[in-house]
Amino acid sequence: MRVLLFGRLGDLAGWRERSFEPAPASLEALKALIAAQDAALGAALNGPGVQAAVDKTIVRGEVSLAAGAEVAFLPPMSGG
Amino acid sequence: MIRLTSQPFDPGAELTAFCGARTESGAVASFVGIARGDAGATTALELEAYPGFTEVEIARMAAAATTRFALHDLLIVHRRGPIAPGEPIVMVATASAHRREAFEACDYLMDYLKSHAPFWKKEHGPAGARWVEPTARDLDDLARWD
Repeated sequence: MRVLLFGRLGDLAGWRERSFEPAPASLEALKALIAAQDAALGAALNGPGVQAAVDKTIVRGEVSLAAGAEVAFLPPMSGG
Repeated sequence: MIRLTSQPFDPGAELTAFCGARTESGAVASFVGIARGDAGATTALELEAYPGFTEVEIARMAAAATTRFALHDLLIVHRRGPIAPGEPIVMVATASAHRREAFEACDYLMDYLKSHAPFWKKEHGPAGARWVEPTARDLDDLARWD
């Protein structure tokens, strides 16, 4: 499973892309695994305005994950 | 057309091309956003995108705007990567039969891009670097269209 962090989340973690093997079976399990390794990042992933995308589609709530999924964590967006 | 580019672009040339060969669109409106230097406080901007996601999300919103404002055509050019003060970051152009729809669609598209398009913006300056998130005003601007 490929996990991507964008914006301030990448700076906070010190990485922007990582693979997780074996792959957690759900988004909640992935977040728990990350929080166990890095509490500050774990808290930030549940912070205000942070969205998750699975295979480039925004998801909400409980989501099961395929082993080959690409999961991205997206802090509040700002273009222009 | 929607284009992400890591290279500087020429808004005048883009607008000329967009206006060319139109015989049915009576109105073209455009907006260009430029990186501010903030009197030396910002020495560079950095825009991060999510390739394969950013373009698709912008296209989805552009399709909705095309329907809502009965646009004939639109152009969005958006920079990614490092940007120097004074360089254009974003350009939007809209074409419609009459001016009102073109003006409004341009305004709407910029409000969307400022607070919902998948970009993450970092300002670099003498005081360090910081990530910029949408302001309360950006969110109020977008809420005008609900």
